[in-house]
Amino acid sequence: MTPLLQVKGLTKTYGRHIGCRDVSFDLFPGEVMGIVGESGSGKSTLLNSMAGHVVPDAGQVIFDTRDAGPRDTRAMSEPERRMLSRTDWAFVHQHARDGLRMGVSAGGNVGERLMAVGARNYGAIRASAIDWLDRVEIRADRIDDRPTTFSGGMQQRLQIARNLVTGPRLVFMDEPTGGLDVSVQARLLDLLRGLVRDMGLSAIIVTHDLAVVRLLADRLMVMKGGDVVETGLTDQVLDDPQHGYTQLLVSSVLQV
Amino acid sequence: MSDYNFAYLDEQTKRMIRRAILKGLAIPGYQVPFASREMPMPYGWGTGGVQVSAAVLCPEDTLKVIDQGADDTTNAVSIRRFFERTAQIAVTTATADATVIQTRHRIPEEPLRDGQILVYQVPIPEPLRFLEPRESETRKMHALEEYGLMHVKLYEDISRHGHIATAYAYPVKVADRYVMDPSPIPKFDNPKMEMAAIQLFGAGREQRIYALPPFTRVVSLDFEDHPFVASKADHPCGLCGAQDSYLDEVIVDDAGGRMFVCSDTDYCAGRQVDGHRGSDNKEYAA
Ligand SMILES: Nc1ncnc2c1ncn2[C@@H]1O[C@H](COP(=O)(O)OP(=O)(O)OP(=O)(O)O)[C@@H](O)[C@H]1O
Ligand SMILES: [Mg+2]
Ligand SMILES: [Zn+2]
Repeated sequence: MTPLLQVKGLTKTYGRHIGCRDVSFDLFPGEVMGIVGESGSGKSTLLNSMAGHVVPDAGQVIFDTRDAGPRDTRAMSEPERRMLSRTDWAFVHQHARDGLRMGVSAGGNVGERLMAVGARNYGAIRASAIDWLDRVEIRADRIDDRPTTFSGGMQQRLQIARNLVTGPRLVFMDEPTGGLDVSVQARLLDLLRGLVRDMGLSAIIVTHDLAVVRLLADRLMVMKGGDVVETGLTDQVLDDPQHGYTQLLVSSVLQV
Repeated sequence: MSDYNFAYLDEQTKRMIRRAILKGLAIPGYQVPFASREMPMPYGWGTGGVQVSAAVLCPEDTLKVIDQGADDTTNAVSIRRFFERTAQIAVTTATADATVIQTRHRIPEEPLRDGQILVYQVPIPEPLRFLEPRESETRKMHALEEYGLMHVKLYEDISRHGHIATAYAYPVKVADRYVMDPSPIPKFDNPKMEMAAIQLFGAGREQRIYALPPFTRVVSLDFEDHPFVASKADHPCGLCGAQDSYLDEVIVDDAGGRMFVCSDTDYCAGRQVDGHRGSDNKEYAA
């Protein structure tokens, strides 16, 4: 099977500081990869380098495109890359306000990606928006309200709907449950798990919450100081960590 | 002898502005940056339009200036006087007699013809500004033809009002390429933009010029199920009876009496000279 995403030797430095170094892995269709590690270990740098939000110093990010098969996204033209990021890719930010238009209604937020790829029927756009609000458990009668009137959990669910409406094949998520109350987190995780399963989504999820990866991720990468120090099936890594740093990470959670 | 160069601006500056205009004509709807000059009038008084007019005016031109369709408002009068003094050119209120027409917020009712230039005063040239304040991002959107956001604005309109409520500065797509702000003309005027005359747009504070060559395709954005409608008040003009002209509602007496009259004063006067009368016209009633 062709991997959906192949990352090869991805490196990003900030001057003399290392962001992430020589990261390589394959992600297969329908697979969810978790990236864990302490603060500053390079998780976001890696995610943003893959998603094209920052320009890596070296390496390849090869995506299996619908039209032309595997292509290095870094060699794509900017219009192609931007088109990809509004259609087959999605990015869920930790802070919903980074991923939403706060001055636009919930329906407009969900509809934007549809309009960006040429949807020109108001009724159809609205019907899609209502459908997606329902899938992320936001009542249809909130469709014309702005996200500023939503709770943190609702904003995050709206961001997810806005991203998934075009049926992307790969979703990048940076701490999607960060900053939310524990009970809200649990509900969001449940929802995410359902969506990932129902849509057969492939996803890369950055988090420092091991409970999140336990629930969502098939495989795990553990980062430290910009390097990937351990990878494997999630349960294997969590139940039988090999690297000393992973053992520390796992035990510090168990103590809590 | 005047103290100024012809039409106030020095030749160097006019050449720079003409280059921007030519570039604008070559790429219809594209916003060309230019080095806007201080003019002896405040921003908001049409300094962008005045600079464009100054750059295109020739001694043999005849100038007309309108503000909201009227030749006799303070703004229109002062700009007309400005060019009378600095360029000693002929001025007129008759649309047909003018070779250059500077306008704020209207397109004349009488169809413009080959050889005429319509110069718009533009406050905000960027149609995407409303939803995307970052200039770096809007520039990229234009470059990559990413205009989905424009429809988000129209979507918001419909979701709030049940129809596209945008009545002025209604966004258009030009020559199947650039999305353009037509300046705050009523959307009633949008279909007129596919015209025989040259149209030039000047934004002074924002330092942008854009242009439409004659008969450029200009399409008002809309949805399949909410098509663009060039609407106006559903009345005839009270003075000249015109059914097809854009109307202003004006208060006519202390008792709060109102009537609808053509916003294009020259058009209305011309029709009355030709013997047309509206139902509020005193001569008609008498
Ligand atoms: N824009 C930047 N300029 C300079 N250094 C940066 C920049 N962004 C990140 N870094 C550095 O790169 C390293 C990795 O940072 P990164 O944000 O990727 O970590 P992270 O694992 O996502 O951390 P957190 O869990 O706190 O979000 C850190 O040492 C950080 O200080
Ligand atoms: Mg981070
Ligand atoms: Zn009239």
